[in-house]
Amino acid sequence: MKMNIHKHHEKKEVMVYLEGEIDAYTAPKLREELWSLSEKENNIIIINLKDVTYLDSTGLGVFVGLFKRLKSKNGELELIELSNRLKKLFEMTGLINIINISVNTEDGGR
Amino acid sequence: MEYIEMKLPAKPDNIGIIRLTLSGIASSMGFTYEDVEDLKIAVSEACTNSVQHAYDKHEVGEVIVGFGIYEDKLEMMVADSGKSFNFNQVRAEIGPYTESSTVEQLTEGGLGLYLIETLMDEVRVMNHSGVTVFMMKYLNGERETYDTINPIGKTV
Repeated sequence: MKMNIHKHHEKKEVMVYLEGEIDAYTAPKLREELWSLSEKENNIIIINLKDVTYLDSTGLGVFVGLFKRLKSKNGELELIELSNRLKKLFEMTGLINIINISVNTEDGGR
Repeated sequence: MEYIEMKLPAKPDNIGIIRLTLSGIASSMGFTYEDVEDLKIAVSEACTNSVQHAYDKHEVGEVIVGFGIYEDKLEMMVADSGKSFNFNQVRAEIGPYTESSTVEQLTEGGLGLYLIETLMDEVRVMNHSGVTVFMMKYLNGERETYDTINPIGKTV
């Protein structure tokens, strides 16, 4: 029901840390935030999903949209520290073959 | 069979409440962590559909979520008709979803329904005065392994 977004600008890339649940309620806010970060050319956005406790098609839709937006501006999207649970969703939808994804190695088989 | 029904304004903020309720029901039935998470996604996808359906019509309708609790399975129904339904009657009337009903009613491409179908053991969509999504999951995981269809690949 709640989602927090933390942004951190590095030299070239933007690190985004998301926390909470991404659903139909929180996805529009997330989309707005991510869109404002992806206006320029050659942007690299790295999103840490370690503490995302819930994700469904609305959240996947946001990431797909962001991926397409960044690609069209020669940018890149990377999703990092996914739990096994989230990874499963990206596998099921085939997104794992499209978006750059890495899993959380400390994830205890969740 | 025990039946629990919730009736809420069709607003996105309420989907989390439905998830919490489902989580409690499914956990107490003995579903595993993985299964509870799968059920949460399925019910949320169906509710998202109802909420968007109401939103498209510029009215705040109601979403009704029914949980049919059995020894060996959980049935969930999500309806956006705004009227309470007779669970057994609706269940008897419900038919297999058709291609046209999925494309039109479950917006956001087929991804929401795709997830429901993949995660649940049985899914049906019925369109009458509103849309009713019926979902069922067995307690001891009789789900077939999902195949590697790539619903997103086509559009990217």
